[in-house]
Amino acid sequence: MTIDVALIIKAIIILLIFGITLLIAMYSTYGERKVAAFMQDRIGPNRAGPFGLLQPLADAVKMFFKEDFIPSQASKWLFILGPCLSMLTALMTSAVIPFGDSVKYESAPGKVWDIPVQAIDVNIGILYVFGVVSLGVYGIMVGGWASNNKFSLLGAIRAASQNISYEISMGLAIIAILMMTGSLSIRHIVEQQHGGNWNIFYQPLGFIIFITCAFAECNRTPFDLPECETELIGGYHTEYSSMKLGFYLFAEYINMFVSSAMISSLYFGGYNYPGMDWVQAQLTSSLGEIAGHNVGTLIGTLVFFAKSLFFVFFYMWVRWTLPRFRYDQLMNLGWKALIPLAMINIILTGGAILFLKPLIVSFLK
Amino acid sequence: MQLTNRSKQVSNKQMTFAERIYLPAIATGLGITIKHFFQKKVTIQYPEVKQFLGPVFRGRHVLKRDEQGRERCTACGLCAVACPAEAISMVAAEREKGEEKLYREEKYAAVYEINMLRCIFCGLCEEACPKQAIYLRHDEFVPVFTERDQVIWGKDLLAENMNNRYLRKAWTKEEAREQDLKGVEAEPRTQL
Repeated sequence: MTIDVALIIKAIIILLIFGITLLIAMYSTYGERKVAAFMQDRIGPNRAGPFGLLQPLADAVKMFFKEDFIPSQASKWLFILGPCLSMLTALMTSAVIPFGDSVKYESAPGKVWDIPVQAIDVNIGILYVFGVVSLGVYGIMVGGWASNNKFSLLGAIRAASQNISYEISMGLAIIAILMMTGSLSIRHIVEQQHGGNWNIFYQPLGFIIFITCAFAECNRTPFDLPECETELIGGYHTEYSSMKLGFYLFAEYINMFVSSAMISSLYFGGYNYPGMDWVQAQLTSSLGEIAGHNVGTLIGTLVFFAKSLFFVFFYMWVRWTLPRFRYDQLMNLGWKALIPLAMINIILTGGAILFLKPLIVSFLK
Repeated sequence: MQLTNRSKQVSNKQMTFAERIYLPAIATGLGITIKHFFQKKVTIQYPEVKQFLGPVFRGRHVLKRDEQGRERCTACGLCAVACPAEAISMVAAEREKGEEKLYREEKYAAVYEINMLRCIFCGLCEEACPKQAIYLRHDEFVPVFTERDQVIWGKDLLAENMNNRYLRKAWTKEEAREQDLKGVEAEPRTQL
């Protein structure tokens, strides 16, 4: 019986994470349009509901009621599989992200359940994310290829080669972090950044490389070549309509949120914030051991969402600032600049761990 | 031969290190966009807020009356002749005894119709009219119509309402220009 309640809490957490991810992705479309408008001195959608807050619903209704068209020469099943794959892989990544510390639940006196606010805490979290993100290319590739349209195919090829190129430097940038923490579990990495001890202060170069690659992985400007309207009509989703197109667009926003969450947990301390120990002590003394811990977790989770949403905003901010790269520039940047930089970063980190750390430790003694 | 002073010398100089790593330039760009993010917006909430389009903007037509409320139009047909879109048609009639309060002169337009699908709002009728009877309002548009019987506007819609007379600061472009020179301030955006 006691196990059941703990399981229910876990299930609620998983459902919440799932729901919140979808909700945030939904409202990122609204946010994107608002941010775009504000940066162009406009107001943006404001007719559907107060401040246009019902706009995503209106968009969804529009998407559902559009004709669902499949080109006659397209490979039908692959054409349907494409957006499904995109959506699936986008949603799968949010499973391993630690959204908060843990929820404590006392089932019987002295028997306290400690349930982490995370769908699953796998000890190879980062590998899992990388694996799933690489699968995400299949959604685009399959969809673009199955459309039987040269623009779709070109977009798909671009997406595939771009994602492969930028995954390398992304992985190399992460390796520096792994060297510092010695763990592949994202929760472990976040826990090591307790308080204000964030990785960004040790890995500024790694952060710049990672965020650049994250932009490329999400197909966001300045790297949105797979769907650049000026050259490829709509890129890999040229032939898509109705909710299939909606899935592709939606997957992009989920990817954006998930990668923002990754950035904030890998480099900006996740649910850690300066002074959290003091806040925790205050809460524990005023609310008691378990309730205090849970409220502290809630605050940490809110901090985590604040950080993630800032990066979602940053994605949009950059989109309305920078023009698109040319394809050769994109490849040059990926292969000739970011990969060597990432390798230098690894060497520097290794050197620092080997020589600088003992030096500082002995100096502090 | 130099035509303008705007020609720019193209330079192919090597980019400096700061330029080559892009990041300072990106930061500058981000600064510019975030500045615009907080700037005042130029959007006008159109159906609720309408912008003042100038004292001689050509909107919907009005058949003016004089101070005593008599129709000025004498059905001379000059507007119909001037109209390049042939949107105006009218039927003239003679004033009867006892109608002096309704019509200013002996002849008047019994029917005066403007086809709003044909009208191009050029304002030539306004310029042709010798009696200053027809004007294009500067403050109102022809509202959107969806039915056939809303297309042709008769006198019921066109004749001026004496309780809410149509007045404006300038009646000709010359007058408007003069007022601009004198610095008469434009009307503020009207809230409807």
